[in-house]
Amino acid sequence: MSSVAHHLDPLALELCALSKTFKLGGGMLHKSRTLKAVNDVSLRVPRGQVMGLVGESGCGKSTLAKMLLGLTPPSAGDVLINGKAIVNANQKALARHIQPIFQDPYSSLNPRQRIAQIVGLPLRIHGIGTSKEQAVKVEEMLDMVGLPKRAAQQYPGQMSGGQRQRVAIARALIMRPDLVICDEPTSALDVSVQAQILNLLLDLKDEFGLTYLFISHDLAVVEHLADRLAVMYLGQIVEEGTREQIFTAPRHPYTQALLASALTPEPGLGVPDIGLGAGQPDPTQPPSGCAFHPRCPVAQPTCSQQAPTLSAIAQTSDQATRQGNQARVACHFA
Amino acid sequence: MANILSPQVAAEQPLAATWQSRLFRSTLNNRSLTIGLLIITSLGVVALLAPWLAPHDPYLQNTANRMVPPFWHDTGSWTHPLGTDRLGRDYLSRLIYGTRISLFIGIVVALISGLIGTTLGVLAGYFGGRVDAVVSYLLTTRLAMPVVLVALAMASLIGGSMLTVTLLLGLLLWDRFAVVARSATQQLRDAEYIQAAQALGCPLHYILLREVLPNIAGALIVVATLEVANAILLEATLSFLGMGVQPPSPSWGLMIAEGKAYMFFQPWVITIPGSALFVLVLAINLLGDGLRDLSAPGGRNE
Repeated sequence: MSSVAHHLDPLALELCALSKTFKLGGGMLHKSRTLKAVNDVSLRVPRGQVMGLVGESGCGKSTLAKMLLGLTPPSAGDVLINGKAIVNANQKALARHIQPIFQDPYSSLNPRQRIAQIVGLPLRIHGIGTSKEQAVKVEEMLDMVGLPKRAAQQYPGQMSGGQRQRVAIARALIMRPDLVICDEPTSALDVSVQAQILNLLLDLKDEFGLTYLFISHDLAVVEHLADRLAVMYLGQIVEEGTREQIFTAPRHPYTQALLASALTPEPGLGVPDIGLGAGQPDPTQPPSGCAFHPRCPVAQPTCSQQAPTLSAIAQTSDQATRQGNQARVACHFA
Repeated sequence: MANILSPQVAAEQPLAATWQSRLFRSTLNNRSLTIGLLIITSLGVVALLAPWLAPHDPYLQNTANRMVPPFWHDTGSWTHPLGTDRLGRDYLSRLIYGTRISLFIGIVVALISGLIGTTLGVLAGYFGGRVDAVVSYLLTTRLAMPVVLVALAMASLIGGSMLTVTLLLGLLLWDRFAVVARSATQQLRDAEYIQAAQALGCPLHYILLREVLPNIAGALIVVATLEVANAILLEATLSFLGMGVQPPSPSWGLMIAEGKAYMFFQPWVITIPGSALFVLVLAINLLGDGLRDLSAPGGRNE
């Protein structure tokens, strides 16, 4: 059934049991430790949707993004883009389908190049069009992201953070990729500018028919943007579902705590107590059983012995499963 | 690296619309940069126009006219403004032609060592791991060798000449370039614009030459000026010790060596080339200092 589904409606992105393990230290005197940054992650992103990926810092979100972009080879598992595996694929061919928008617009633009050079770089590297056609395309693209014509001749140092992020978006979209990995694209921006950039991303998504994988730790941003959500904890996905499912009826205790931790605009309430106790455990020595059990408010003895699997929630309909709308959660008690 | 002495640091301050005029102004405001640039430019002009500026042939001997003192002595004359040496050659002409040797060796040595050091340093910084280990090993090996001793030994084996000195120094003085390029590249390696270029499938040479190099050029230019001064001094040292530029070439170090027998009775024989060397090296160091101030973020220029 799944192969038929591929032909009818190929997923823009599919991760199959993707893992990335790093070796730390390991000199002559020390034993090397292994860090499972991403551990057996499977995820399906249908075309045209925004998949939000949330989790604490250090949970493996950015490593996941690097693997998708072909910057780091996965230790195990496959990444399929439009149904084709990207492992060992040509980086240039990959770049046509998938492009990144990075977190920090102050470090994502080369300070020695003019905006026109930065935005036109993908076209030059891939040899698309003559230099005149490239210049026209760059101008169009700058216009689409809401930058004035004269911006083309400026250097990144002359621009504000919001303008720089627009340049980064223009660079990512100029080759018309299918899939854009947004790695916390608004977290380095002022709140007033964040909304503009998010709305720009939504507009461009409709215009170009893009699929986004939107990585963030800001739940408010994700709620505004995402169709579906995956919650990561210590390199694993603990819950996945539609935005409504996650925000109105979170199943996993970690998701519940994460939602409870979102700050409210009301003054005087202070930082909410989420009842998680100590910080994230050392990822090189993950807890036995369910990785979340030391912090879990509802943990039982079995949680420290047996790791729960990410399984579909029973009541989702067959229809939903076929559309990839099924909700999944990794908890013994959800 | 062809722009060692030209004001390419310009782009350091990204002020596009009027960066030329701003650079000009901040250059003028920086006194050491202005003075250094002025002296080096005039010495460069002297070196280029030597055949027209020199009053006499620097190689023409006249034993009837030996050890004529400079013009400020009672017995001095304006025919030989800086006097003549022990073979009766005009000292001013030799000094003027000597500028060519010093500047040529300084710049060519900085180019050769800059090429070697920058290549090694950028590769080590960008790839890290094994490449870094190999480069670091080469670097420590090189740092363990005393430059003058090795250069002397090699020159006495091969035979001293301008070419030998230039190549020897070029192959020896790359350490600072490598250290600076390596650490600067390490800082850049994880910058998101490098990752963006990698994700685009940019070829390696593009990333290294167009994304990394322009962003570490400021630091390298400062190192280059210091190495030019260093090379000029080392050339003078080797020539003084008889293993560098060979007579009758008018190298400043050689002039000092040839005059050392007379230094107690005719001290000008060594003070004149000595002062020339001092002024040139000082000017280059002032320039390097000024460039560093100019390229430092925020600008330290008063």
